[in-house]
Amino acid sequence: MSRDLSPKSLLGVAGAVATAVACFLPWSLYAGFPGKMLNTGFPGGARMYVLLLALAAGAVLLLDPPGRVRGLRAASVWALVISLLTALLIGYAGGGLGNVAAGAWIAVAGSAALTASAYLLDASSDRDRRVWSLPDADWRMPAEIVITLAMAGLALYVFVVGLGIPTSNVASGPDHTFRDAISLNDVTNGSEFLAFLFGIIGLFLVAGRIGLTASLGAITQRRRPALVTGATLAAIAFPFTQDGSPYALRIAASIGVFAAAAVGLNVVVGLAGLLDLGYIAFFGVGAYFAAIYSGSTTSPIHVHLPFFLVIVLGALVAAVFGFVLGAPTLRLRGDYLAIVTLGFGEIFRISVNNLDGQSGPSLTNGPNGISNIPDLGLPGGFSFGDNHHLFGVPLPFQANYFFLEIVLVAAVMVAFLRLSDSRIGRAWVAIREDELAAAATGINTTRLKLLAFGLGATLAGAAGTVDAHVVKVAAPDSFTFIESTLLLAAVILGGMGTVPGALLGASVVYLLPEQLRFLHDLRLLVFGLVLILMMRLRPEGLVPSKRRQREFRERDDKSGALDPPPGAHA
Amino acid sequence: MTVLEATSVTKRFGGLVAVNDVSLTVSEGEVVGLIGPNGAGKTTFFNCLTGMETPTSGRVTFRGTPLRGRPDLILKAGVARTFQNIRLFPNMTAVENVIVGRHARTSAGVLSAIGRGPRYRREERESEEVARDLLAFVGLGHVRNELAKSLPYGDQRRLEIARALATEPGLLLLDEPTAGMNPNETAAAVSLVKKIQGRGIAVVLIEHDMRFVFGLCDRVAVLVQGEKLLEGTPAEVQSDERVIAAYLGKPPEDAGPKEKKK
Repeated sequence: MSRDLSPKSLLGVAGAVATAVACFLPWSLYAGFPGKMLNTGFPGGARMYVLLLALAAGAVLLLDPPGRVRGLRAASVWALVISLLTALLIGYAGGGLGNVAAGAWIAVAGSAALTASAYLLDASSDRDRRVWSLPDADWRMPAEIVITLAMAGLALYVFVVGLGIPTSNVASGPDHTFRDAISLNDVTNGSEFLAFLFGIIGLFLVAGRIGLTASLGAITQRRRPALVTGATLAAIAFPFTQDGSPYALRIAASIGVFAAAAVGLNVVVGLAGLLDLGYIAFFGVGAYFAAIYSGSTTSPIHVHLPFFLVIVLGALVAAVFGFVLGAPTLRLRGDYLAIVTLGFGEIFRISVNNLDGQSGPSLTNGPNGISNIPDLGLPGGFSFGDNHHLFGVPLPFQANYFFLEIVLVAAVMVAFLRLSDSRIGRAWVAIREDELAAAATGINTTRLKLLAFGLGATLAGAAGTVDAHVVKVAAPDSFTFIESTLLLAAVILGGMGTVPGALLGASVVYLLPEQLRFLHDLRLLVFGLVLILMMRLRPEGLVPSKRRQREFRERDDKSGALDPPPGAHA
Repeated sequence: MTVLEATSVTKRFGGLVAVNDVSLTVSEGEVVGLIGPNGAGKTTFFNCLTGMETPTSGRVTFRGTPLRGRPDLILKAGVARTFQNIRLFPNMTAVENVIVGRHARTSAGVLSAIGRGPRYRREERESEEVARDLLAFVGLGHVRNELAKSLPYGDQRRLEIARALATEPGLLLLDEPTAGMNPNETAAAVSLVKKIQGRGIAVVLIEHDMRFVFGLCDRVAVLVQGEKLLEGTPAEVQSDERVIAAYLGKPPEDAGPKEKKK
């Protein structure tokens, strides 16, 4: 293929080079701006993401992959957004645009040139996206394994970086009300995280448009054992990256619980296609069971069951609730089922609010909840409440719970994966596709729907028992409708019916509001906007199942193949 | 030997009697045609046989056992069907569609699916083999991994038949198996039904393509306005004036018989 050296392309190359070089220059004359914007030679703060996008843009321009122009557009626009936003914020924070150093302006101009080039070039000349594969040589398998492991490492790196970017000290500050909602100062504090977020979105879009995501996905799919090993290693390595700080570990452990519940919900929604809007209630049943029977001083029942028994019994109790709710309601379909489950979620929350010994039997301590849940212990004297040192790295006690989470998530994942590819899983999908045809094909639809519902409840219950020990408290406020919605958002955002999707979705849905705290009350608004944007750009979810991908992208694929070559149908 | 015996099946929807006192007997390995003008109650009769509708009165037995209740139980007993408006699982592949048909003949539950013992693996392997063989049997071996919804119309009909065959039926009910097919595809459908008959499976089919029905069926029953008009060999039915009248209306007194017959 001939390299495109038209003026339009050269404008882009020049823009990419200018932007990249600018990232090594100081962007700010004002010292207070986050991200070490004063130094030369190292692209700190937002500059890192602009640099990555500029490099990606340059590579796309010169290497001419399929989807070149559309990939270029994604990279250039996001580079421009980040550099312009950062420049303006530096100006604001320093008290005038005079504080913005030349580097920032060069980056803005460079990425503007890049953007101009991207939109001057003709996107319709793009070749269709395709899936690359490595040449069929001896080194193919090891290379694919290395790539797969590297992907796991990259995921860990992105996670650690995203979680580690300081956004503000709002979390420890006084409560904000809506009136003093958001100031540009807050945005300044969060600018590095915003740059990270936009950078990731930009890079993800580029990779998707040139077919890199699909190619890497195909490789990692082929190397399942390497993927599992890599993911496990990355998860285990995470606490060692935190230098003894408990903050990120606490969040990560919560993400783990959340992800386990999301995988469980995936059985109900993703496989069987039953919309459950009260799923958090089953999680709450598990959490309350663990809270009541684990020897908390505030529990009205003074029984201390061993942890393994608590998990099993908590899951079973949740399952009973699932069956009891499911048996009469599963003949309802779609919207009606959603309404009933939503109602159940509310009933659960109101009930635990009232089972305080005054308006009802004394069981849950009412709105105060059950707190002081003691730390877990293992036979042999190991307490989950102890800090440890391993390989010279301090591990705060939260790491113990984090490791417990890994085991929980792994167990739930195995259950889900094996079920989805089995007689039962296929029957669920068949019911989702066409319930009447499924019945006519010999599937007892009522029983299988009930099974999906009950199993989802079981997994949620198990996750709930662990959660109670991680957060040490079970209170009604933790089991509101919004939690059910967020779980559902995690499932849909990540990609219905897949496990990596649920994990990724849970991470995004949990992390984003956490790291957007600098936006105060606006954070949920922004979070919602991000969700809408993602659904618009990638309706099948971040990691879609093959089935769903084909479902949503059918039209895209067909547009290329709709016109058969003349003479094909003689 | 009798496979299916439907006795005085009646289905009322409020004041409308969709199927009125219809009896039908099907012997082992027989192909029976069910014809009649639109709205005669043919599909409702099928629905009564397969548990999609509960007959208002009447009795259906399969190999001597009464059939009552849910579609999945009736299927398990050995009565499979296809639908007039094809009902596949559109976002599953062809082979997955057929494997779902094995559901009633396999038994793996949640625990064995998670545990994946040798018995589970053997069952899965068998299901895959059966599905592969059946796809080849209906002539769809080459599109095994295509999504059902992306198959051409004729192939979808054949896939639906393969899915029904995967349930190991003793009786197969085909609801307009050649609707929308071109002459080539119809010819292929004839030989497919004969091959199914060759497997010892009795077939009842609803059809409007008279050449297809009279060329293929051992016996033909005619349904008109919910009632069985007559039943007999293709030759008998073909020459009966009441059948012609039901389809075309009564000829004027002075006119001769129309040239509907072939």
